[in-house]
Amino acid sequence: MLLILSGDSELWAIVLLSLKVSLLAVVVAAAIGMPLGAALAVGRFPGRRLVVVLLNALMGLPPVVVGLLVYLMLSRSGPLGVLQLLYTPTAMIIAQVVLVTPIIAALTRQTVETLDAEYAEQLRSLGVSRLASVPTLVWDGRVALLTALLAGFGRAIAEVGAVIMVGGNINHVTRVMTTTIALETSKGNLALALALGAILIGIAVSVTGLVSLLAVREGQGEMRHA
Amino acid sequence: MRDLLADETFGQPLIEASGLRIGRNGGTLLDIAHLALDGPGPTVILGPNGAGKSLLLRCLHGLITPDCGVVRQGGIPLNAAARSRQAMVFQKPVLLRRSVAANLDFVLKRQKLSRRDRKARIATLLDEGGLEGKARQPARSLSGGEAQRLAILRALARAPDILFLDEPTSALDPSATQRIEAMVLIAARRGTRIVMVTHDIGQARRMGHDIVLMQTGQVAEHALARDFFDAPQSQAARRFLAGALVL
Ligand SMILES: Nc1ncnc2c1ncn2[C@@H]1O[C@H](COP(=O)(O)OP(=O)(O)O)[C@@H](O)[C@H]1O
Ligand SMILES: [Mg+2]
Repeated sequence: MLLILSGDSELWAIVLLSLKVSLLAVVVAAAIGMPLGAALAVGRFPGRRLVVVLLNALMGLPPVVVGLLVYLMLSRSGPLGVLQLLYTPTAMIIAQVVLVTPIIAALTRQTVETLDAEYAEQLRSLGVSRLASVPTLVWDGRVALLTALLAGFGRAIAEVGAVIMVGGNINHVTRVMTTTIALETSKGNLALALALGAILIGIAVSVTGLVSLLAVREGQGEMRHA
Repeated sequence: MRDLLADETFGQPLIEASGLRIGRNGGTLLDIAHLALDGPGPTVILGPNGAGKSLLLRCLHGLITPDCGVVRQGGIPLNAAARSRQAMVFQKPVLLRRSVAANLDFVLKRQKLSRRDRKARIATLLDEGGLEGKARQPARSLSGGEAQRLAILRALARAPDILFLDEPTSALDPSATQRIEAMVLIAARRGTRIVMVTHDIGQARRMGHDIVLMQTGQVAEHALARDFFDAPQSQAARRFLAGALVL
């Protein structure tokens, strides 16, 4: 605990990099996943159900497999090898984007589809076209969508398998909280591992707390109807 | 049946359904040879559960397209322009997850009114619905009666020529029901043509100018209210009224 309080600069650099990587990953994943989820919810095209099933399956992608795939893509002999991204923070962001995008897309689809079932006739009655109803559905699903983003962030920041494979856990470059904990524990440096562990738990608890807080706020509106 | 009401017509928007059919799995859910709503209204559509009242209303409002047949408004097959002059209130109010005022603003924004005009209009509407002081409350925290009043106000915010209501009071207590009926009658007096579904005979007596009785997807009888209640012509109407009297 002394490490946290003493403002150990190495420790905070690691925490900062973790937050940066995972926040960026969530932003990119949201930019891809939310439109995709919304399109799946309101669009009607052949193969839609298959995509939905696939997306739900992708939610449970094992991180190591994602790490392996991203590694193969980025390795020197891989299709994106020329970009020389392997063992950079960018590679870790890419791996987390792959992990988190299905989560955000699937939760967005579920949220928008449920709301659409309730709103569709009313919106049509008010003269709102299918396409124009999407912003309404997204806005009215804002609490659930924010929850999806937080869930994605929670998954990203707690993940270790994929980022260690594509980031390499290089000191001062790609060392994040989870990978440092793994490394320092194996080296027997439990003080640093425990300090980082405490911070990680703090972040996880805050995210979960925020999610349930949002859920309660959303629930309040409905209570008197029950 | 059209001639029956012809004497009451004075330039009201007319809505008319011909040859409407909706089938499902070999059965017929809706089968309406001809129905013309050309009186001043309110028209009350009566009938037991599952008679097809909601289906008919959704056809008239263009929410569903029948397998065959046509709905005409003012003699022209229902199109987007005609639909924009209709509004509908559903049995269970569907309120947006926003404030009371934002639910009204949602409609007004589509009318390209200035911000100030919208604010004024919202204040007037809330006043008329007895929701003044609730503008900023989440719409979903309203009581059942308040929620339905807001749904009606939102429909009226479109200044519709025709207002469809699908059993708007079926989940409400007598005093909440009374307030809704009063609101609807005021709208009618201001010139909105009312078409209202109910299974409540008392409500049909209080509100109806003409009554459409539906049974198993068909119109069993369409008559002026006083004729319908004093001298029902069809077997179905006599049975329905007698059954309801027993209740
Ligand atoms: N989308 C649908 N698919 C199949 N059957 C339906 C559908 N909508 C309504 N029905 C059936 O049509 C009949 C009439 O329904 P409805 O118009 O809701 O009756 P009412 O409003 O008079 O109680 C019912 O038997 C109902 O089960
Ligand atoms: Mg019904």
